[in-house]
Amino acid sequence: MAVEAMAVAAAAWPVPAHSRHLMSGNEAVSRAVWEAGVRVAAAYPGTPSTEILEVVASYPDVYAEWSVNEKVSLEVAFGAAMAGSRSFCAMKHVGMNVASDALMTMTLTGVAGGLVIAIADDVGLSSSQNEQDSRTWGRFAHVPILEPADSQEAYEFTLAAFELSERFQTPVILRLTTRICHVKGLVTVGERKPHGAAGFKKEVARWVMVPTAAGRRLPLMFERERKLRAEAEISPLNVMESGKDKRVGFVASGPAYMHVRESFPDAPVLKLGFSCPVPFAKVREFVALCDQVVVVEEVEPLIETELKAQGIAVLGKEILPLQGELSPNVLKPAIARLLGEPVPEMLNSAPMQVFPRPPTMCVACPHLGVYYTLSQLRNVTISGDIGCYTLGFGHPWNALDACISMGASMGMALGLDKGRGDSDQDKKIVAVIGDSTFLHMGMQGLLDIVYNRGNVTVLLLDNRAVGMTGGQDNPGNGRDIHGNEAPRVDFARLVKALGVREERVHVVDPYELPTLFKTLRDETKIPEPSVIITNQPCVLIKDYHKLKPFAVVEDKCTGCGNCVDIGCPAIHVTRRDRVTKPSGKQVDLSFVRIETAACTGCGLCLQPCAPDAIVPADQAVVPINVMKKTPTSCGAPHV
Amino acid sequence: MSETTNILVVGIGGQGVMTATEILAAAAIALGHDVKKTEVAGMAQRGGVVSSHLRFGPRVLSPQITPGSADVLLGFEASEGMRWQHMLRPGGLALMNTGRLVPPVVDLGLYDYPADPVESVRAAGTRAVAFDATAIAKELGDIRLGNTVMLGAISDHLPFSPEILERCILKRFASKKPEIVELNRRAFAAGRAAAEEAERAEVAEAAE
Repeated sequence: MAVEAMAVAAAAWPVPAHSRHLMSGNEAVSRAVWEAGVRVAAAYPGTPSTEILEVVASYPDVYAEWSVNEKVSLEVAFGAAMAGSRSFCAMKHVGMNVASDALMTMTLTGVAGGLVIAIADDVGLSSSQNEQDSRTWGRFAHVPILEPADSQEAYEFTLAAFELSERFQTPVILRLTTRICHVKGLVTVGERKPHGAAGFKKEVARWVMVPTAAGRRLPLMFERERKLRAEAEISPLNVMESGKDKRVGFVASGPAYMHVRESFPDAPVLKLGFSCPVPFAKVREFVALCDQVVVVEEVEPLIETELKAQGIAVLGKEILPLQGELSPNVLKPAIARLLGEPVPEMLNSAPMQVFPRPPTMCVACPHLGVYYTLSQLRNVTISGDIGCYTLGFGHPWNALDACISMGASMGMALGLDKGRGDSDQDKKIVAVIGDSTFLHMGMQGLLDIVYNRGNVTVLLLDNRAVGMTGGQDNPGNGRDIHGNEAPRVDFARLVKALGVREERVHVVDPYELPTLFKTLRDETKIPEPSVIITNQPCVLIKDYHKLKPFAVVEDKCTGCGNCVDIGCPAIHVTRRDRVTKPSGKQVDLSFVRIETAACTGCGLCLQPCAPDAIVPADQAVVPINVMKKTPTSCGAPHV
Repeated sequence: MSETTNILVVGIGGQGVMTATEILAAAAIALGHDVKKTEVAGMAQRGGVVSSHLRFGPRVLSPQITPGSADVLLGFEASEGMRWQHMLRPGGLALMNTGRLVPPVVDLGLYDYPADPVESVRAAGTRAVAFDATAIAKELGDIRLGNTVMLGAISDHLPFSPEILERCILKRFASKKPEIVELNRRAFAAGRAAAEEAERAEVAEAAE
């Protein structure tokens, strides 16, 4: 039965040409990548772009890889493009910061095979440390930007991007946002057209960017930009839509276009799908048709500023916010105020106050033991990093003091050590980083700590997955993007090779709290770099094996609340109390239960439980009839 | 855009909110509607809030339901139904699971769980039909059936027949074991019946 179902799925994939499907923007881009005949596709996972490469990898005849970071992924794609292959690379917005070193020079060499870079901006900050506008790279690197407005366009614009890339021999940025990547809409797909690779042509003056060669290519880049602007003027991706209400016209790009069209069905709109370089003549023509024009773009005023510099009268961020999505509930009041009209009443309704529900670590997550332990340490500053373990800053642990960018825990920790204030002389510095983040950009920072004799204790949380984005494989778990076996990094050997002394490297089971605590306490006392590697897998990946659940024996629970400090979401407080001790001290009590259906038996909560009130669930409550039926059998519970 | 139907499905990560919305979308597509579905769920797997927007009609532009414009709010968890009440249009309907999922911030004593989320929604002037979908799912033997129970509840409040929605649910599980298909069929029927009964009770109460 299962085999049959799989065979059906295999026959139906890839879905046939000229059929219509509900697809996310990410899925639509992936389909187009396959149809465009891309031979090499690379990425590092990052919300909201992650699914693009996951889906690309499911298509035949495309080489797909998880790269160790975005810079490497772009270099891999560029190498393939030098060889004449169509190539593709996807990343989240902050990934391009890492990859930009490569981008800023490949814009000079240009490409042979088409190269499209999909950058997914997290407009609205659903899962990112900042909200930056990747369209800036189009201006900085002088490369074109295409901005689809929904899934169908994500598909079409990806195909158009490859053609543009080859025609102008330039990398092309496909700018997506969360509201494109994760929105599903209907997409009509087409046929795949294979693209052969011309092969690498040795051409030192083009591919070897030394100063003289680069200097000769600068004028070519500016000339290309001039031609691209002329192309944008006539591109079918830039559409002028007339409207009978000419009081306000809109220049809009990306998903903001849909919000504009929804909010103001009768307004004239200039939709810029090919938004960089900006087609100034086309905008001038449009502006002349309207009483006034508002530029609606997420999130920075890039088009707006360029139009104003051209002397074109437009409004933009004077009346619209500089952050977040420009949804109808943002646009309608802003335009009503501009026109001096009353703000639509419904948009003013405020939500009722309900407690916040921040993301939490999972039940039995191996990081729980780490943060419980860190929360018990005194006089420590904890330098954090990007991943699930960033959540350690929150309750109940409060055990993470800084987080900015991938791998930064290392450098920040060294800086905290070298730049200590007079009052911090005894402070211990701990850095916390996950396996994939360490391989992405943390290794160099650790080398810097070692080389410069920093006094930092590094906790390397190896859970064998890129957990936050859904448990993707990486060089640390020995599986490739298809789940097949791949060479696996030995973290202990790696950190020793970077110069951490053998005695200062420990591999610890994060569920063994006493060992973890002792190792951490000892290592923070020693004034040299040390690395403590935890070795249990993410509970969301197949390497994790559930154990038998636990339960609380109600009349044994003393309400000490120690188990609550673990922070496991399967532990719930059933009753609170406040008692006065003989000493006169008031103590708050929290009596608990364990949600047995959710518990996977990691055993963390047992360890701080003073009265041993937590026992295997099958021993906690024994129905009388069961006792009677199995009086002496070997399966009888021991109570 | 009155010809566009707006359905907001809310809950927390792991409850099957996105799957349920996808099934509703499949039913709308089967009837020839244009469809857009959106949610922000970057950290949904970590027990965070999930709200999934489904819009369908002749042509859908913006994927987002704006506050005050949802036709139906399908709340998979009591307090989450309350959190999103303001998204309903005047006269819109809240279908709420009274089952509660208490987050760590409440267990830690930092916040209180609302005393009666359903009553709060009604006090805000919204018609609410509420029942314990979690209990029904548990009774059927698997808490994960909760989303199918809730789909049963919404099935009489859609611009198409419950049978179409049921067919889309069963199709989704067609490749699974026959027992699973049967369980989902029963969960759908139980949710539909429970919502019907709750609605009768609500109408009777309102008449008193």
